[in-house]
Amino acid sequence: MRVFAYIEHKAGAPDDTAAELQAAAKRIDAAAAPVAIVTGAGAELDAACAAAAEMYSEVWKVGNSALEYPNAELVRQAVVAVVPRGSVVLMPHDHFGIDLAPGLAVKLGAAYVPDVVAIEVVAGTELKAVRQEFGGQVSTHVVADISAGAVLTVRPGAFQAGGAYPAEGGRGTEAREVARGPSHANILDKSAEVGALVAKRRYLGRIAAEAGDVDITRQPLLVSIGRGIQEQDNIAIAEELAEALGAVVSCSRPVVDAKWLPKSRQVGTSGKTVKPKVYLACGISGAFQHLAGLKGNPFLIAINKNPKAPIFQVADVGVVADLLEFLPVLTEKAREMRLTAK
Amino acid sequence: MKILVCVKRVPDTSDNEIELQGDDIRRDDLVYSVNEWDNYAVEEALRITESLEGQVTVVTVGGDDDEEVLRRQMAMGAKEGALLSAGDGLGGAEVAAVLAAYAKKGNFDLILTGVQAEDGCAQVGGMLAALLDWPFASLVNAIEVMGGKLKVWREVEGGDKEINEIDLPCVLSIQTGINEPRYVGMRGIRQVAAVPIPKLGKKELGMSADAAGKVRREGYFVPAVGKGAEMLQGSAGEMADKVMELMRAKGGLK
Ligand SMILES: Cc1cc2nc3c(=O)[nH]c(=O)nc-3n(C[C@H](O)[C@H](O)[C@H](O)COP(=O)(O)OP(=O)(O)OC[C@H]3O[C@@H](n4cnc5c(N)ncnc54)[C@H](O)[C@@H]3O)c2cc1C
Ligand SMILES: Nc1ncnc2c1ncn2[C@@H]1O[C@H](COP(=O)(O)O)[C@@H](O)[C@H]1O
Repeated sequence: MRVFAYIEHKAGAPDDTAAELQAAAKRIDAAAAPVAIVTGAGAELDAACAAAAEMYSEVWKVGNSALEYPNAELVRQAVVAVVPRGSVVLMPHDHFGIDLAPGLAVKLGAAYVPDVVAIEVVAGTELKAVRQEFGGQVSTHVVADISAGAVLTVRPGAFQAGGAYPAEGGRGTEAREVARGPSHANILDKSAEVGALVAKRRYLGRIAAEAGDVDITRQPLLVSIGRGIQEQDNIAIAEELAEALGAVVSCSRPVVDAKWLPKSRQVGTSGKTVKPKVYLACGISGAFQHLAGLKGNPFLIAINKNPKAPIFQVADVGVVADLLEFLPVLTEKAREMRLTAK
Repeated sequence: MKILVCVKRVPDTSDNEIELQGDDIRRDDLVYSVNEWDNYAVEEALRITESLEGQVTVVTVGGDDDEEVLRRQMAMGAKEGALLSAGDGLGGAEVAAVLAAYAKKGNFDLILTGVQAEDGCAQVGGMLAALLDWPFASLVNAIEVMGGKLKVWREVEGGDKEINEIDLPCVLSIQTGINEPRYVGMRGIRQVAAVPIPKLGKKELGMSADAAGKVRREGYFVPAVGKGAEMLQGSAGEMADKVMELMRAKGGLK
């Protein structure tokens, strides 16, 4: 059984998940050397392969002009063409993995285990992994029969990227030298194994997210509200607090979905990445897509009425309270502080 | 345009504290509702058929308890519902296979699913498409109909949008926020209370007896967590004082 890692890359640079997938692969088989699969076209593909070759002892390069933009339907055809049946294929559980992986598993006749946060054991033809359900409130063990192979999507950030392969693999400087050279001994070109690629879904272009009225990515303090704010009219409660603190209001996705705040205020994978010093999470449960938008290790204070809310597992300080009652108290304190400061 | 929307009844997690009972979750007093993503999908299907023409069918794979979500979505405007009963504890791949068997009988132009179920993992839509050999796009947050094909916007990282053209028939998984789902009152639900909802089993769907699933859930648990948050105690005023002090100490206040 071989383990493959699908490498996402942009402008010739592999994504952070490239190293995390290698850590996940080691959990499946500590001895085996996972193979990186890199698809794409032209100079960007070459650069991505060269970078992957610094991390993985073997890289399969799949080049095709149709793969210049990663259209999941075409990538699927390419991966199905090159990967031997019975393999385990890893990829990140993100906007691309969600697009590609379920159909890939079907076409490979393999088991599909999505959004894996831990791999516990591989015994014989069974793989036991950990997933989370209900927004992280509970976890579950899933057992997959991998005798016909498996596709796993791995939650970004869940596996700590270990040392790159030259450090671990013992081939040290020599391998690194090889990888840096004009031709990489450990890159295998598999492009010829892929036939004509035709898609019923065609990529047309991309539009960048709109910039908003305020830039939440540059604030030292964010008063962030989630579905716990309950009604549009209650947004004012958070805004009053933010004003008294000299801070800005940000939010989780449901607040934007309901059109109570603009998209530019959303923190998370499909919103902004923020790096405040202090993050006040009010009525936010702590879903991973939300937390992934918090960088730079801010001091996280969570206010939630549910003492079991997952956010309390990652927060530094927790307040169990109804935010509609607690935020006004906080606003009063902030105003008092302002007065005494004057 | 004939549109099929796949809907699932799930515990409403934002209103529930999920607790364990043995190795399952405690289900007695959970509040169930239609999966949030699926509600957006039904609304989107209704808007398409209202602006063009056509009909929306809602379908769920489940048991008798699940019929209520079909009624709710029919009260929104879906003309037909179907309950597919194919046994308990099905994994995502098995659910997709049942939906594929149903879809093959129906002459649908378009199938919508939610991006994910609250107790699921964003897999059923993509698997269904692959089983039907139809094109698929996930995370769709806008659709424009253009004759025999669609223009779809996918929401990718950072809220960027990826635009694709996709041939019909196809499967799309719908992201929250694509529209504002209409309100459904008790009256609306009463109006569709008598509409018959066919219940189909594996035999009616022409499916062979059970092929065992490749993936099974072994039970729920609450993971041992790290240090967790320091929980503040005391009156609201005392806790608020402490929060102010911490915000200042950690550099949040100027
Ligand atoms: C592909 C994809 C991308 C996504 N991207 C993002 C993203 O970028 N950002 C994002 O935030 N989400 C994103 N999500 C959604 C994410 O999975 C969660 O659904 C979302 O983060 C939940 O938001 P929430 O915590 O506000 O709501 P919920 O999970 O509903 O939590 C509400 C919380 O409020 C508490 N509460 C309720 N009432 C009160 C009260 N009166 N006082 C105090 N507490 C109260 C509840 O106990 C609960 O913990 C994405 C999902 C997908 C599938
Ligand atoms: N039992 C089911 N019956 C009908 N549709 C389902 C079922 N399970 C999942 N789906 C559909 O597939 C989507 C994704 O679910 P999941 O892959 O379980 O996260 C949901 O939003 C539904 O549209």
